[in-house]
Amino acid sequence: MQTFFIVAILLLGFLVTFQIAKASEYVAILRGEEKTRKQTNKINAFLLLAFLVIGLIGVYYCNEKLKGKILMDPASDHGKNIDTMLWITVAITGVVFFITQICLFWFAFKYQESDKRKAYFYPHNNRLEVIWTVIPAIALTVLVGFGLYYWFKITGEAPKNAMVVEITGSQFKWEYRYPGKDDILGKKFYKETNEEKSNPLGQLWDDPANHDDIYISGEPMHLVVNKPVKLVINAKDVIHDVGLAHFRMKMDAVPGTPTTMWFTPTYTTKQMQEKLDKPDFVYEISCDQLCGKGHYSMRGEIIVETQEEFDRWLSTKKPKYWAAFPDQDPTLHKTDTLPKASVSSGGNPTKTKLAN
Amino acid sequence: MNIHPEVGTTHEVHHDEHHVHHHKETFITKYIFSQDHKTIGKQFLVTGIIWAIIGGLFSVLFRLQLGYPEQTFPILESVFGRFAKGGQIQPEFYYALITMHGTVLVFFVLTAGLSGTFANLLIPLQVGARDMASPFLNMLSYWFFFMASVVMVSSLFIQTGPASGGWTSYPPLSALGQASEGSKLGMDLWIVSMALFVVSSLLGGLNYITTILNMRTKGMSMTRLPLTIWALFFTAILGVLSFPVLLSGLILLLFDRNLGTSFYLSDIVINGQILPNEGGSAILFQHLFWFLGHPEVYIIILPAMGMVSEVLSVNSRKPIFGYMAMLGSLFAITILAFVVWAHHMFVTGLNPLLGSIFVLLTLLIAVPSAIKVFNWLTTMWRGNIRFTPGTLFSIGFVSLFISGGLTGIFLGNSTIDIHLHDTMFVVAHFHIVMGVSAMFGMFAGIYHWFPKMFGRFMNQTLGYIHFWVTIVGAYLIFWPMHYQGFAGVPRRYLDKRGWVSFNDFIELDKMITVVSIIVFAVQLMFVFNFFYSIFKGRKVTKQNPWGANTLEWTTPIRPGHGNWEGEIPEVHRWAYDYGKDGREFIPQTEPIGPNESKH
Repeated sequence: MQTFFIVAILLLGFLVTFQIAKASEYVAILRGEEKTRKQTNKINAFLLLAFLVIGLIGVYYCNEKLKGKILMDPASDHGKNIDTMLWITVAITGVVFFITQICLFWFAFKYQESDKRKAYFYPHNNRLEVIWTVIPAIALTVLVGFGLYYWFKITGEAPKNAMVVEITGSQFKWEYRYPGKDDILGKKFYKETNEEKSNPLGQLWDDPANHDDIYISGEPMHLVVNKPVKLVINAKDVIHDVGLAHFRMKMDAVPGTPTTMWFTPTYTTKQMQEKLDKPDFVYEISCDQLCGKGHYSMRGEIIVETQEEFDRWLSTKKPKYWAAFPDQDPTLHKTDTLPKASVSSGGNPTKTKLAN
Repeated sequence: MNIHPEVGTTHEVHHDEHHVHHHKETFITKYIFSQDHKTIGKQFLVTGIIWAIIGGLFSVLFRLQLGYPEQTFPILESVFGRFAKGGQIQPEFYYALITMHGTVLVFFVLTAGLSGTFANLLIPLQVGARDMASPFLNMLSYWFFFMASVVMVSSLFIQTGPASGGWTSYPPLSALGQASEGSKLGMDLWIVSMALFVVSSLLGGLNYITTILNMRTKGMSMTRLPLTIWALFFTAILGVLSFPVLLSGLILLLFDRNLGTSFYLSDIVINGQILPNEGGSAILFQHLFWFLGHPEVYIIILPAMGMVSEVLSVNSRKPIFGYMAMLGSLFAITILAFVVWAHHMFVTGLNPLLGSIFVLLTLLIAVPSAIKVFNWLTTMWRGNIRFTPGTLFSIGFVSLFISGGLTGIFLGNSTIDIHLHDTMFVVAHFHIVMGVSAMFGMFAGIYHWFPKMFGRFMNQTLGYIHFWVTIVGAYLIFWPMHYQGFAGVPRRYLDKRGWVSFNDFIELDKMITVVSIIVFAVQLMFVFNFFYSIFKGRKVTKQNPWGANTLEWTTPIRPGHGNWEGEIPEVHRWAYDYGKDGREFIPQTEPIGPNESKH
């Protein structure tokens, strides 16, 4: 019934508008078309000016209203550079925006049709055209210069002391792998992937580098504050994208073509919670490349903490290798009655569930 | 009018015969399988309008979900069944809606509906030709578009639903039926429809180029062509050179889907199933796609730029400022359009050095764009401007092109793109700079040339309401989206409630949804005005109602097939002698007077 009323009201409004519009045509003919046209011209010229003024106020109002919701402090060193670049661009384009928009609507108002004025025949002026070719060219050169300086800094080689974490996307979850004590991620081959045999990433067990690799899923990725991290990014099925809004970082995860990115987190999760006065703050990993029906919910979390906290956390994890070959697990050989909670190897989803 | 009798050249004689040929016209040859460029233009326009309504409706539906994610709309379930189970738009359906919205608006409305309409209508009329170089191919061009439309519509009604991998349809998502319902039959139909569309666009484009190069009337040198024609010429070149690349990319995708090839597929484990494909590259598709995809945005915007130049000049009663600079910048944009495609791929793992080259080339394209804006401003400066609905939409176009063009400078700079890539900022940017603004160019063209198309005017009052609601609405919808982008809100998220970082915008999303419904309703009013005016609009009584210089206004008010009743007029000057030597306008057909000043 409600829908019916809404449709009826809409139709009615439509009909009334149309009748008025139609009537205005007849009135125009009665009053003299030229006279009506001139009056309409004046009204529209005024409206264009009003649009400029209200529009500029709107831009200010929108900024006041929304500026608190954007761009809190970037949480990585690259993020600071990206924000600097962003603000340089906002400044330069902002100036151009205001000048050109004001000219556009002001000219429209100022040079509205009038019997007193004749249009000025002005087909070209080479000097003017050179000026407004050169000025944008200079401005853009500045932007390209700054942009590429930061670009090469950000996309350059990761520092030697960077920790390495592998992140793998699949519909619609993230999985992580830490290289373990040897600091080397073991080799993988996708055809070895087998969830039931405790090998969700397709690790090649012949490679000894795999024996200490730690697999994490269903819980946040942990990173160390002020320590560079290099993410090795993979996808199993379709293209995903590791989007880290707070660190201002982003990189596609492409099946068959591993990618990397590195950055240095500069605030721990706790520091960020205090800074923003948001106790529920967490660093989130969003999938930024359409990957199917669960795309909007493909969420991961990152905890940034101190080295000690990180080490403590990592020491509770067991390599996936031990899950695949329980006879290799030294902790199991010592005793079979170890309480489940303390070994809740985040790596094994079934165990984690039991523990919970 | 001053036409020298000795001017008649051989090709005009030929065309007069041609004209006689078509005298016995039945309903079918006149309105359906017509070979008259004007009728074909109208066919493109009407089909484009129908698509625009469908595409717009899709956007209203997904805006409902974005603005009211917690609410149920039982009416949706009664219309869409399981796609809107419980009155809520299901994720698969949401992604199908955005995919179809993008595909329909980009290709069917703003490519076929825009350049299909105005290239067909204006090229022969403004260069002084009786019809296109090949009226038959021209007719085929429309009917291939029609077939593409039929296939695309049919994909909406199949059990697994239409394609839902985004208008860019990146594999492997679009290649694997296991990855998404929309990647089953719907995707095959999408590819077939796009292939038919490419054929249509090629047939049209070749025809436009040939006609402009070979069939100009006597005296119409290339530098006397109105800027509309130049814009349509470059558009056609872009289309002819880049659409085949998309077609080849789509054929490979079809092979990967159905014949077990591995062009785009490698190392895939999907739902625990290990696929045999090895050695392909998913990124290859993106290169092929954007090799069309980027020129495509210029295919959309150039005709709008051309028409806006014309409408602004006519109604400012002033010549377009810097004709040669306008031409040069159109040319520069056309060339650069082919070498910037990888700026869509900065975060795919592209080699940073290669990325830096694309940054440079991308930002370079801002220079000709800036020249165009400054020239439009100077065209209005010290003019005597008449605000017809066409003029207002042209001014709106310039305003939107500035706003959206400037945000392109953010995204084209790879450093900033790392943060803004695939966020709502991108959505705001391209909707303003090539979605809404190209629409504004199209509206300007429709209001301006409606009298030529149908011999009647559209209702002006409705035209003004249309403009004011649309421009205010466009800014209200898209301006705040930039802020969402700054906050990192990813695009294509149908429900942000599960996120700590992005859940701050629900009030804003509601506002945007309400405004977009209002704007959509006003577009329906425009459609009503359009069709009503075809039959009942105020009749055109003057041959040249806007006092314009170009050749189309020298034809009869309702031109028949062949356009001019007598011989084709000869051209003596460029198209922009407005306000020269104290005269309001001097048509192109008027010979240069002995005392006329040079410019």
